[in-house]
Amino acid sequence: MSGQSPAVVSASKLGLTFQTNDGPVQALSNVDLTIGKGEFVSFIGPSGCGKTTLLRVIADLEKPTSGTILVNGISPEQAREKRAYGYVFQAAALFPWRTIERNVALPLEIIGLSQAEQAERIKRTLELVNLSGFEKKYPWQLSGGMQQRASIARALAFDADLLLMDEPFGALDEIVRDHLNEQLLDLWDRTNKTICFVTHSIPEAVYLSTRIVVMSPRPGRVTDIIESTLPRKRPLDIRETPEFLAIAARVRDGLRAGHSYED
Amino acid sequence: MTWLKPSLQAVLALLLCLIAFALGAMSKPEAAALAQPTATIAYPYMGAKGLIIGLLLIAALVSMAKLTSIVEAIMLFVGAHAAAWLLIKGIAGFEGTALAPYFLLLAAAWLLAWRCVALLSALRPSQSVARNALRLVIPAIFGAWILIIWEAVTRGAGIPFILLPPPSAIGARIANSLPILGSDVRQTIFKAVLVGYVVGNLAGFIVAILADRVPFLRRGLLPIGNMVSALPIIGVAPIMVMWFGFDWPSKAAVVIIMTFFPMLVNTVAGLAASGHMERDLMRTYASGYWPTLLKLRLPAAMPFIFNALKINSTLALIGAIVAEFFGTPVVGMGFRISTEVGRMNIDMVWAEIAVAALAGSVFYGVVALVERAVTFWHPSVRGG
Repeated sequence: MSGQSPAVVSASKLGLTFQTNDGPVQALSNVDLTIGKGEFVSFIGPSGCGKTTLLRVIADLEKPTSGTILVNGISPEQAREKRAYGYVFQAAALFPWRTIERNVALPLEIIGLSQAEQAERIKRTLELVNLSGFEKKYPWQLSGGMQQRASIARALAFDADLLLMDEPFGALDEIVRDHLNEQLLDLWDRTNKTICFVTHSIPEAVYLSTRIVVMSPRPGRVTDIIESTLPRKRPLDIRETPEFLAIAARVRDGLRAGHSYED
Repeated sequence: MTWLKPSLQAVLALLLCLIAFALGAMSKPEAAALAQPTATIAYPYMGAKGLIIGLLLIAALVSMAKLTSIVEAIMLFVGAHAAAWLLIKGIAGFEGTALAPYFLLLAAAWLLAWRCVALLSALRPSQSVARNALRLVIPAIFGAWILIIWEAVTRGAGIPFILLPPPSAIGARIANSLPILGSDVRQTIFKAVLVGYVVGNLAGFIVAILADRVPFLRRGLLPIGNMVSALPIIGVAPIMVMWFGFDWPSKAAVVIIMTFFPMLVNTVAGLAASGHMERDLMRTYASGYWPTLLKLRLPAAMPFIFNALKINSTLALIGAIVAEFFGTPVVGMGFRISTEVGRMNIDMVWAEIAVAALAGSVFYGVVALVERAVTFWHPSVRGG
């Protein structure tokens, strides 16, 4: 976090109430949050705590019903129109009628890049996620982990400074997940992007983040924000260190304090 | 016994052959000849009877021996079809005189052909050429036997020509009437069906896009569209003839009305088929209506659109043929069917039906092939 450069995301008193058939549901309540450039912020909490909703508000996929939120100093809608962020969904959401390289090219076609620039960015981002050689494959010919890597490549090809990731590795097995976590950290380190990462895994949150936002449900709110003391370079075995375990314990305490497990 | 592996069809065929042999006379003239040994009465199967029974017996017995499937299948194929051919050839000139053994032998031959197809279906050849050949041979044998039984029964039992002509007569009629059939196909299929199909599908597609783009059309037009599609479309054929005259445009108009709504309804459903996540994705790219439509929603709608195209390929043919019943110049498949029925030329009616069935299959097949190429990515096409 740096005080000088403008915050990438700044929310104050943010609230969002869904109108459902069973009456209003308060998905977010009184969220105050500032995310600085280059941070890796994880949102963790049980299902229904509004962590995905918060990410979707940042992405302008939901409109808040109270409070204010700014992305790069402008409204989320303006930021979206300016293509300020890349978004990685829970599933890869690749288009099955496009090859991997055409999938990565999709956002580039929409913003109207030249063929040469598209080709250059496809090559670079597929290398970044270790998918070189799979350009001509269709998504359904690849494993789940490779598909999710392709969808990360698609978000990276966009080349926005902010990367929003909604449980991107939730559906993958632990071995693949460890591997992708490592690659993601490496990528963050090299590109200096700001990453907002939603997860429900405590080790994943602690391993990846510079800051962990602990949330709790009914209504969805922030109960704790934990600054990580871990170094920027993190080998996988850092997860056995006492420092790591201490942070994980604090996250767990935060989740418990939010009465997340009451039912 | 280790060298025998009995199969239901072969055992039954053997039994039928033995019963047929025990019953004796294959036809009424033969029965008469047997009753009066001194008179010289010509009767069918004078020399061939033993050959037919022998062929069937050998094929049935060999099929139960421990041989490779392919050898068995070939033996069965040859035996069953040679016997069937001899049966049908022998009854020529003696139509309607067949007795029980004729039908028993026919049934025995059919059972062996069944066994043959069953053996072929169980084959799993490793070469793709052989696999493709099998994919053609199995339905071909199946279809051939529909024709063989049709031919043998109509001739053996002497079914009146008016009720059901044998396929050989229909084939002969097709061969002799190629110019007439050709002009009918040109009139009905190349003018009415194709024009109506293209215009109807295109109109349905464009209106679906409009309804998607303009909310009031979606709210107002679709319910009315559903109501109109419930109307008996064929009932409007006479009105179309009044409006557009006797020639093919009135038939094309009926086809347009018939094909419009399946395309409209399917395209509207297809445009809603893309997932929320994919649409959110396009939103995060700040993609406008048209890029989202072209890059996401239309490709995702393709399986639905091809469904409509396939449904419409048969609807269009039905619509054009039936519409011709209500007034047409003296050419066209529907016209030919309705007039030749009146003139008791049932073989010509069947010839038109056969041509329509062939044209409809080709039409459907072409659409299905294009579908496979376009929706190669869909789980139903790529298989898994």
